[in-house]
Amino acid sequence: MTSELDIFVGNTTLIDEDVYRLWLDGYSVNDAVALRVRSGILEQTGATAGVLQSDTMDHYRTFHMLERLLHAPPKLLHQLIFQIPPSRQALLIERYYTFDEAFVREVLGKKLSKGTKKDLDDISTKTGITLKSCRRQFDNFKRVFKVVEEMRGSLVDNIQQHFLLSDRLARDYAAIVFFANNRFETGKKKLQYLSFGDFAFCAELMIQNWTLGAVGEAPTDPDSQMDDMDVDLDKEFLQDLKELKVLVADKDLLDLHKSLVCTALRGKLSVFSEMETNFKNLSRGLVNVAAKLTHNKDVRDLFVDLVEKFVEPCRSDHWPLSDVRLFLNQYSVSVHSLDGFRHQTLWDRYMGTLRGCLLRLYHD
Amino acid sequence: MPGKLKVKIVAGRHLPVMDRASDLTDAFVEVKFGNTTFKTDVYLKSLNPQWNSEWFKFEVDDEDLQDEPLQITVLDHDTYSANDAIGKVYIDIDPLLYSEAATVISGWFPIYDTIHGIRGEINVVVKVDLFNDLNRFRQSSCGVKFFCTTSIPKCYRAVVIHGFVEELVVNEDPEYQWIDRIRTPRASNEARQRLISLMSGELQRKIGLKVLEMRGNAVVGYLQCFDLEGESGLVVRAIGTACTLDKLSSPATFLPACNSPSKEMKESPLVHPPSHGCRSTHNSPIHTATGSRLTQSFSVSVPTLIYTGMGSGSAGKEGGPFKALLRQQTQSALEQREFPFLTLTAFPPGLLVHVGGVVSARSVKLLDRIHNPDEPETRDAWWAEIRQEIKSHAKALGCHAVVGYSESTSICEEVCILSASGTAAVLSPRFLQEGTVDGSLEQRVEENLPVGCGFCHIPYDELNMPFPAHLTHCYNCRKQKVPDVLFTTIDLPTDAVVIGKGCLIQARLCRLKKKAQAEANATAISNLLPFMEYEVHTQLMNKLKLKGMNALFGLRIQITVGENMLMGLASATGVYLAALPMPGGIQIAGKTPSDGSYEQHISHMQKKINDTIAKNKELYEINPPEVSEEIIGSPIPEPRQRSRLLRSQSESSDEVTELDLSHGKKDAFVLEIDDTDAMEDVHSLLTDVPPPSGFYSCNTEIMPGINNWTSEIQMFTSVRVVRLSSLNLTNQALNKNFNGLCENLLKSLYFKLRSMTPCCLCHVNFTVSLPEDELIQVTVTAVAITFDKNQALQTTKAHAEKSLQRASTDNEELLQFPLELCSDSVPSHAFPAAKEHPESASSNSGTPAAQRATSVDYSSFADRCSSWIELIKLKAQTIRRGSIKTTVTVEKASPMGDGNFRNRSAPPCAGSTVGVVKMTPLSFIPGAKITKYLGIINMFFIRETTSLREEGGVSGFLHTFIAEVFAMVRAHVAALGGNAVVSYIMKQCVFMENPSKNQAQCLINVSGDAVVFVRESDLEVMSTQQPAVNCQPTCTGEVTT
Repeated sequence: MTSELDIFVGNTTLIDEDVYRLWLDGYSVNDAVALRVRSGILEQTGATAGVLQSDTMDHYRTFHMLERLLHAPPKLLHQLIFQIPPSRQALLIERYYTFDEAFVREVLGKKLSKGTKKDLDDISTKTGITLKSCRRQFDNFKRVFKVVEEMRGSLVDNIQQHFLLSDRLARDYAAIVFFANNRFETGKKKLQYLSFGDFAFCAELMIQNWTLGAVGEAPTDPDSQMDDMDVDLDKEFLQDLKELKVLVADKDLLDLHKSLVCTALRGKLSVFSEMETNFKNLSRGLVNVAAKLTHNKDVRDLFVDLVEKFVEPCRSDHWPLSDVRLFLNQYSVSVHSLDGFRHQTLWDRYMGTLRGCLLRLYHD
Repeated sequence: MPGKLKVKIVAGRHLPVMDRASDLTDAFVEVKFGNTTFKTDVYLKSLNPQWNSEWFKFEVDDEDLQDEPLQITVLDHDTYSANDAIGKVYIDIDPLLYSEAATVISGWFPIYDTIHGIRGEINVVVKVDLFNDLNRFRQSSCGVKFFCTTSIPKCYRAVVIHGFVEELVVNEDPEYQWIDRIRTPRASNEARQRLISLMSGELQRKIGLKVLEMRGNAVVGYLQCFDLEGESGLVVRAIGTACTLDKLSSPATFLPACNSPSKEMKESPLVHPPSHGCRSTHNSPIHTATGSRLTQSFSVSVPTLIYTGMGSGSAGKEGGPFKALLRQQTQSALEQREFPFLTLTAFPPGLLVHVGGVVSARSVKLLDRIHNPDEPETRDAWWAEIRQEIKSHAKALGCHAVVGYSESTSICEEVCILSASGTAAVLSPRFLQEGTVDGSLEQRVEENLPVGCGFCHIPYDELNMPFPAHLTHCYNCRKQKVPDVLFTTIDLPTDAVVIGKGCLIQARLCRLKKKAQAEANATAISNLLPFMEYEVHTQLMNKLKLKGMNALFGLRIQITVGENMLMGLASATGVYLAALPMPGGIQIAGKTPSDGSYEQHISHMQKKINDTIAKNKELYEINPPEVSEEIIGSPIPEPRQRSRLLRSQSESSDEVTELDLSHGKKDAFVLEIDDTDAMEDVHSLLTDVPPPSGFYSCNTEIMPGINNWTSEIQMFTSVRVVRLSSLNLTNQALNKNFNGLCENLLKSLYFKLRSMTPCCLCHVNFTVSLPEDELIQVTVTAVAITFDKNQALQTTKAHAEKSLQRASTDNEELLQFPLELCSDSVPSHAFPAAKEHPESASSNSGTPAAQRATSVDYSSFADRCSSWIELIKLKAQTIRRGSIKTTVTVEKASPMGDGNFRNRSAPPCAGSTVGVVKMTPLSFIPGAKITKYLGIINMFFIRETTSLREEGGVSGFLHTFIAEVFAMVRAHVAALGGNAVVSYIMKQCVFMENPSKNQAQCLINVSGDAVVFVRESDLEVMSTQQPAVNCQPTCTGEVTT
């Protein structure tokens, strides 16, 4: 006796969170059944393996039917076929768009193209995440990217409106879109110690301060082919950053800056002497990063440069984080006392964000 | 020209892409009623067209208004080739034709295509202006209300119950017309849908006319069925009970009432509790009347469970003078009617006096082509014959009426089994006649009806019993005689005194049959039928005894015919009626008591059976008070005879009487094990597993012994098709397979619904069909309802599993510190069995439903809160969280984002665009008050595919289709302004596949009553927590859903 057909349809669609997780994780029905058996569900409920198999199949079928709607979450809300309480809808969407840390680290900053998609096999082997799950996550990134790429307005809001994600998740997606658009390099070996959270934090700061949207100006002509306000860095700003070069090029200015910082910090840093020795190198590093941002290639290497030019030197001298904070604060603030320097606002826009990023990046 | 139908096409959404080049659609709409068609403009290049059409007006006869459905076709305009159809919507405008129901139909309807399923939605507004028509000879019956509910609908009062109405119409099935060879299957299926829609309308109108003739104004218990007779045609038939109903004044209906219908009965004067009783015959010899009639209509009728030979029509006349008087009066009321049948299963108080037992009749017919669709005499005659037989069976039981009456067919090729069954009953004349009935008699009726047991008392004369039965004095009133077992097709009367809880009892049976043609086939089937009836009955009886119970309610026996087998499936709800004697045990008797090991085996089995009975008694809490023999009263006149149950041939075996009966003083049932078959049967008795702890099941409306229902309900349909391996096709193997199939299905249901425990599966309705050789299809529709845990605690204490015990401790805590609870702790207390996922709670606007394994209705957690204070606090918290999130984006007004976004972070449900529509096979909604009946929903859909594999195989195909059917029912109800369907039933689900051609097809027919309900908790909240509610009005809406 073999089962040809076996279905269960509720007026309210039944969603089993555990099975949903297994489905999202890309397990086949048989693997999912095996995992559920291992969870001890049979003993708890007194069910048989056959019952479990049928139940799992049923849920998988439902999820498969829902998947099409999950690709455009507002559709899930308006569709009539599945009666799902809103709280469950929210859960379905949120879980569907949730991604694995290990996976996102592999594709963050990469072009979301077919080429990258081909590498998913390797990523799957490397991270231990099933290929199916990798595909879903990659397609989610790509889908969100495609929808909000050309859109004006707040990136986070756009994502929330079109994908109905929670605030937290929408912010993560904003970071992913931002990184993918600017193609920041995150895969280098020396960047491996950084988590997605670190990058997302930096992305948020950069979106807030370094993009066109950050300036808060309404575009003069709404029909003009404006840059996407939140997704692209403010080109003009990057161009202006060259002006900061004077801080290291002008020897007097550099010395003055150094003495201001040293005076202020004397006795307050445990690594004062190291700071004093390294000041010029560090300052050169930070300012040169700014000056180079006009080239796309250098924009991509932003994080590599920051780690190389600042994080690593400080780390090798064993600066405690509190000292880094003190130093960066003083380093930024002291520029205001440099009489010969005229780009205070520009400096603040640059350093304000960079200081936040560096503090976040500075850990083991 | 008595009616004007007005239709406005507003907009469409989510349309499919019809033009690959532009990824868009140029849609327009055709609106057709009768022979008139209107068209909207073409809305270019949009998947969300805004037609906003003028009002299309159809001036039509009300006859047409009743017959014709409104047809709306959405098409894609194509300049160069023919326009492509996107899909259709059929709207039954009948609900607009009577004043108390809906006044406008307005809403989003799924656009349905027989190949592609649902393809977007269309917003339509429909209105009807009716002019008064005083024509006496009119053919229309506008204004007659139809209800699927098999009791007097909740907001009405029965003035007169006029009686049985029936009608059938026939037509040729478009599927089998010659033209089918040249047109596409899609066109043919659409023609079928249209035709059946038309035929249902016509049928309803004709029934309505009959009701008007009887001077009634409504049909209750309306059951419409299709017989797909294949080559010979398409029959649409309906039965119902004509009534005159009075609407109860509306303010009263808004009074908050209590949760359970049973409580409702006591406290609210509005509802008519079904008070009825029933009695049944048991293990009686089978009387078979075989007669061949006309050559082509070979027919065999099989009366069930009733021995007609003994009971003459005069049986009742020898009863007491009062009985006779009552009988005469009622008889005169019923005499004018051809068939004194009621399709009701629950009755206004006082209507049902006694119940005689189940009466049923079957007849095997050979189908022939219906030559003249306008004169469906053959089918009419067939049914008339069967009804006549039912009537005579009822008479033999000393009853003048049949209640809980239903009819069904099973068709395979050209053979058709017609079945009818009901419960023979004696009715009080109170509701049956217009005008006043003799008041004193009525009073006497009441005096003579002891509460809770009257219906059990035998209606027939004990000295002239229609069948051998074992009578005792009623254990409740000690005055009248009662049988030892009672079988009925009706619901358990609410005033019946029941001990413990009830349970679903099923008898399952397969019989192989040789493949044969025409008459030979019909003969083979009719020869098998009596044996099947007998065995089904035996199984039911054994299982009932095994459960320690003494009565069956809602009995439904389905016999299905296939190419090479017959299947029998009987479902009923077993209970222990306090008025009936305690059932005896089951005694096993070996045939050859010489062998020692055999003897040992027998005693081992006996022990197992006794253990099972004891366990079941504990499980269902059957502890009747001990009654000593003396109190029971005067000795019973007839000799104490033992009920014996013998296998196929009865052999006299005197040793039986000498057996020691282990189960007390009552007579035990004796099972003789004389061959391996019998052994198998005993084994199969013991293989039925009771539902897991926390679950109960029944096929009646409500479960006796449980009345603390919460509002959490989940209606579902489950379908299974299994292929039998043709190698081991023996009766035994078949029975085993079939048993396994049903048991596994039940197990799956319990597993799926485990998060709802403690809960009860109500109105469990199994349907078996045999679509092909070696294929068995079982379809189950039921509703799971949770009940209050506190009550469950007391009831399941003895055998609760660990999880439940944990639940109990949690619950005690909850009760002890109700004020200290924060919203986060409530869900974990409320659902102790569910695993906790802290992160899910946070990701989900703090909705506790997120923590449950399978959620059905998140509003239920509210109902489980022990006090309203928690609820309010909880809501406040949810809202607070929600509002924090919203602040950021609320000002940004993107056209579609705004609404959607609010949905996401606002409290669940508050901003949902799709209203929740509940569906239930029951006539009520727990914890809610039905305030309005909007009309009958009766829908027929066909779905086909030529890409079965691509759609997920047969399971994927049918899963989608059933989900779509639910969606369309919900959409129609919502458009009528309703929020629930009650008395929902899936009458047909015919599934055919051809995997080698990658094709499948399915027909589904569903019906129910669209209603508006108001949740009682809302009313309570509004009255007790006014301030809290005021500050967040959206929240109340949330609970409603």
